[in-house]
Amino acid sequence: MIGAASVLAAEENNPLVPHAYELVVGVFSFLVVMIVLGKILTPRLQKVLEERTQAIEGGLERAEQAQKEAQQVLDQHKAQQKAAAVEASNERRKAEEQGAQIIAQAKEQAQVEARRIVDNAKAQIEAERQQALQSLRAEIGALSVELAGRVVGESLEDSARQSRVVDRFLEELEERARTQEQITS
Amino acid sequence: MNAQTVLAASEGGEFQAPGPELFDFPPLFAGGPEWLTKPVVFAVFGALVTCALFWMAFAKPKLVPRGMQNVGEIGYMFVRDEIARPFLGKNTDRWMPMLMSLFFLIWIWNIFAVVPVIQFPIASHIAFPAVLAIIVYITKVYLGMKHQGPVKYFTNMIPPGLPLPVYFLLVPIEYLSTLILAPFTHAVRLFANMFAGHTILAFFSLVGFWFLFEKPTLAGFGVGIIGVLITIVMTAFELLIQFLQAFLFAMLAAMYIQSGLEAEH
Repeated sequence: MIGAASVLAAEENNPLVPHAYELVVGVFSFLVVMIVLGKILTPRLQKVLEERTQAIEGGLERAEQAQKEAQQVLDQHKAQQKAAAVEASNERRKAEEQGAQIIAQAKEQAQVEARRIVDNAKAQIEAERQQALQSLRAEIGALSVELAGRVVGESLEDSARQSRVVDRFLEELEERARTQEQITS
Repeated sequence: MNAQTVLAASEGGEFQAPGPELFDFPPLFAGGPEWLTKPVVFAVFGALVTCALFWMAFAKPKLVPRGMQNVGEIGYMFVRDEIARPFLGKNTDRWMPMLMSLFFLIWIWNIFAVVPVIQFPIASHIAFPAVLAIIVYITKVYLGMKHQGPVKYFTNMIPPGLPLPVYFLLVPIEYLSTLILAPFTHAVRLFANMFAGHTILAFFSLVGFWFLFEKPTLAGFGVGIIGVLITIVMTAFELLIQFLQAFLFAMLAAMYIQSGLEAEH
């Protein structure tokens, strides 16, 4: 190799011996590329690639976050729905209970009122009956005496006897009425 | 010019294979400065093309890439995942600017070998790969002394715990390979591949040109056809080599940078 090189070096244009000006041009060319492609353009691309990686990673992260949030909202919603259902059923039961209570109360009240009315009516009837009986008794007495007086003449003037006869008659009458009542009832 | 020099060399009526004169260029125009030659012009042009392509891709990179940015990103991903990351690991992003520049400048210089009108691989002039290899070499040694210590860098190259006589053999070999042969082979590998590729393409295309147009004969007709066919096949093959050598150069650069950042042993 060395031998060949030295032989070739004897010629004017040895391909293994660099031209000085080409060395300069080579350095210049490389520097131009190094500045434009290396120092200006490559960092720009590297920055964009970095941003792209972050954008993709960020996007994935955001999607995950969104999904988590959606799940949370869904859970919340479900819990709320459940609570609402429980509340509604409670409310319904309470209303039912209240209704039943109201009905029972009304019934009781109505019964009390009815009883009161019936009792009042009974008392009034009794009182009126007594009154009627009283007045009847007096009237019948007088009528009977008058009747008897007319029948027997003026013989029966003794008032004591008179009243005793009348009372007995009336008692007989009452007795008769009672037995009649017992039979009908 | 290229074809002219080749044809001039073949002017005796007899076919002559092209040689090293393929790589000699006069100034672009008569009386022009000696340095203003075709390789120089296209070396700078290659750098500008590289910058322009990536400017189109990455001038205003978007989060959602469109058009050229997609293409540029494929290139970036390739350099990052196939060249840088296997060697540099967590240091990858910091060295991407340099590896991107190396890989794409070299690749475009190499592609010039098969671009009509240009048809010259810039790296077949050793000055260009040499400059790049020297830049990588300086970076490597600088990083080594900075990250491992100015003395420790050189002692780290030697694996400890071997029997003493081995070191008499190992130390010179290790230093020779790391500090002298590595940058040399780094540059020469690229240079030689491009040099040989260009010579082969020139040879077969000249065979075709010579036997079909320059001196068409009945006997030479078949040879000419074969020359053209082989030129086509070799052009496809060269496209692969061009990519492969750019890839290899950048990969070795990544390896050397990592060897400076951290001791291998």
